[in-house]
Order: sequence, then C-alpha cells, then structure tokens
Amino acid sequence: MKTRILSLIAGSLLASGTASAASLEVKVTNLTQGIYFTPILVTAHTNDAMLFNTGEKASDALQAMAEGGSLDGLNEILTGISANTVSNPAGGLLAPVASTMASLETSDGNDRLSIVAMMLPTNDGFIGLNSWKIPSEAGTYHVYLNAYDAGTEANNELVVDGSGAPGTLGIPASPGVDPGTQGSGVTSTESNERIHIHRGNLGDDEATGGKSDLHNTVHRWLNPVAKVTVTVQ
Amino acid sequence: MKLSKLIIPLTCLTLVACGDDDDPPMTVDPTPTPTEAMIKITATNLTYAQPLSPIGVALHKEGQFWQLGESASDALEVLAEGGDNSELLGLDVVQTKASTDAPLAPGAKAELMLSQETLTDQKLSVITMMVNTNDGFTGLNALDVSSMAVGEEMRFVTYAYDAGTEANTEASGTIPGPADGGEGFNAQRETINKVAMHPGVVGQDDGLSSSVLSSDHKFDNPLMAITITRMK
Repeated sequence: MKTRILSLIAGSLLASGTASAASLEVKVTNLTQGIYFTPILVTAHTNDAMLFNTGEKASDALQAMAEGGSLDGLNEILTGISANTVSNPAGGLLAPVASTMASLETSDGNDRLSIVAMMLPTNDGFIGLNSWKIPSEAGTYHVYLNAYDAGTEANNELVVDGSGAPGTLGIPASPGVDPGTQGSGVTSTESNERIHIHRGNLGDDEATGGKSDLHNTVHRWLNPVAKVTVTVQ
Repeated sequence: MKLSKLIIPLTCLTLVACGDDDDPPMTVDPTPTPTEAMIKITATNLTYAQPLSPIGVALHKEGQFWQLGESASDALEVLAEGGDNSELLGLDVVQTKASTDAPLAPGAKAELMLSQETLTDQKLSVITMMVNTNDGFTGLNALDVSSMAVGEEMRFVTYAYDAGTEANTEASGTIPGPADGGEGFNAQRETINKVAMHPGVVGQDDGLSSSVLSSDHKFDNPLMAITITRMK
C-alpha cells in the first residue's frame, strides 16, 4: 500500500515538473468603477523571463506601456524569446467592470503567464501579473491583480495631449467622465523610481483648477483592480 | 482527478483498520432519515469606523446576490443604500436565512447559525452595507459549502463593492450611517448602474469639501473576516 501511494506522488511530481504545451482560456475583468485599461497583453513565456518586477526599474518597453499604453516594445521582446502572446484581446480599451477573453496555445517550456495593461487616467499606473506559474492540472483558476506604478513618471495627474510618449509628463487621456482642467499638478517628482504598488490617484473636487485634473469621487480605486480567470484545458 | 486517486488508497487503509474491530457489522437503513446540517458563520468588522448594517446570511441553491458589471437588483439596492437586508433574504431562492438584530460595530464580532436538512448543492451568501457610505456593501456571494465535512472550517476575507445605484457624493443627507443620519434607500439610480468594486470614500480631510465624512470613515480591503464552521 505504501509503495503504491509513493508511486502516485512521484507520478504527480513528474507531471507538474514537465512544462509541456497547454491550451488556456484567459479572462480579464476590470473590477474598478471608473478606470479604463489600455490594450491588454497576455503572454506565456519561460520561467527565466519577466515583463516587470517590483523593486526593480522598469525597462524602456514597460515604460512605454505604462505611460502611453504602447505594447510594441514588449511584443518585440516577447517575439524574440518565442513567447506565446495575445495582444489587445479587447480590441481597444477595457471599460470599468467589462471583461475580455484571450485564447492561448502555449509551447513547451512557456509555463509562466504574465499580463499587463496601462490604467487610464494615471501617469504610469498599470495592472500586472508577473510570471504566474500555469498549473499543469486542468481546471479553472482565479487570480486578482493589483495596481502598480512603473516609477518612471511623476504622478502630476494633469491630462495633457500627447503625453503618452515616454518621458512626456502627463496623462494622455481620461476616457469616461470628462477630466477637470487647469490643475496645478499634484507633484513634479517621482522619488521612487522602482516599480511599486500604486499609491492611488488623489484627484480633487474642482472642475477647473485645483491640484489635479482627476476627480476624487471618480478616479480612485482600491486593490485589487482586475480579476484573471484562467481555464487550463 | 489526482486528489481522488490519492484518497482511494487512504480509504482502503481505513477500511482495513476497521476490520480489526470486534463490533458487529453495521446494519444499513435503506431509507436513512435526513440528517440536519448546521453551519456557524462568524463575522468580524475589520474597519476603523464603518459600522456594518445587520449581517444577513442565507443558504440557497441558485442565484447570486450580485454580479460584477451587471445592474444591482432592487433588493440589493435596498441593502446597499439603506442597510436593510430583508428583501435579499426574502428572495424566493433563499432556503434558510438569519440576520443579526443590530449593526456590527467596528472591531466587533457576530455569530450566526444556519440549519438545513442537508448541504447538498447549497451555497452561502453573506451580505451587509458599510453604513457610512452612499451605496457600499460587502459580503460573500454564493460560496459553495456543499462539500463541507462536519467540523470543517473555512476562512475568508471580504472586499468592498459599490452597487452603482447612488452617486458617491458623500453629501449631507445622503448617508444613512451615524456620520450623517441621512437618507437610505431611494429608487432613483445613478448613471453608472453597474456593480463594481468600491473606490473607497474620499472625505472632507482628503479633498472632498462637500463630504460629511472624515478620514475616520476611510477603509481599505479587506472589510470583514469570516469563518464558516460546519457544526453538524
């Protein structure tokens, strides 16, 4: 009896040790009441790769995603490492409490799942799942994502046309409720330049002027900000 | 699948061990009388200064008290704006229900019991309003308790949701809790009209000059700690 149990355990260890190809359905739900997500990147890659890591500086490609929603740089890197990627499954912005689905066929060895998308309106806030180990066992799994700050731009909370370009200060767009105007800026510095948990938008209650162009009753959030439902087939 | 494979040999071991007993073989009643199942729900208010409206608990086989991204039901709106759980607990799908008599103060703990003939297919929902908000609520939504064994315990924390039925103005006269003593339920709906996660309250100290709330009323996830124990 004992040997039979042992062999079963050994069998399951071997099964989970091999990073074989898998079919995944990935559903991403925006849990917030007033924040939009820019095109979402869903990717399966090897365990030695990461799109971002808390406590470390953002790559140029991640910065471009977090400040302007561009996935070009990240996609180029992912193609280079033979990741399996679905780019922009929602076909544009993912509105508050909306969901989108991505189907992913992973290759041998691509057993980590990562997801990123910029949060609008923020300066450099993004939703992130970093190298989540894809279970080898078929089933449905739920993961909740927090909001991160890329640490690459001061959170001045001013909506400025064209500021999605890396290094151009400002929030490129505020979909949904119209933003305020002529704010003086919440801050002009970013003292923590490493990727960290976003401290949230401040906003204010003035349509014109005040510190922020954002509204404090509309553009705040509490973590988690997204729910990911992964179905392993 | 793996789990069941592992359980089978263990069950065999138990049976083998039973074979050593001197007890006479059990007789099996072909029509066993239903055994009563009972679960205990313990809820703790984790907030600083958000009393929670009377805690409602219900067992049901179908339905959900809320669905993210969908409009709140009228019964949920009544709970989320005014703290009255009677309409949700009175829904046709609810098979067994219980509620505390009074709101649950910050830091306080409440205990509720639910009895049902059997837990087969049963789901548990727990619901309450953060009363110093416009339409904020928290709880557990159709949690599967059907496979709980007697003596088993499950622990959860709950998140803050916004019914999306009343704008978060935090204005005087709009919040039913002690911070304001204002209006509870009002059938009018705000334009959002979708259940989402709650963005938190702002308060006067944090830049909403027209708010009746202060920094005391701010909260963060999680809101409640819940322990579910199957008693019998």
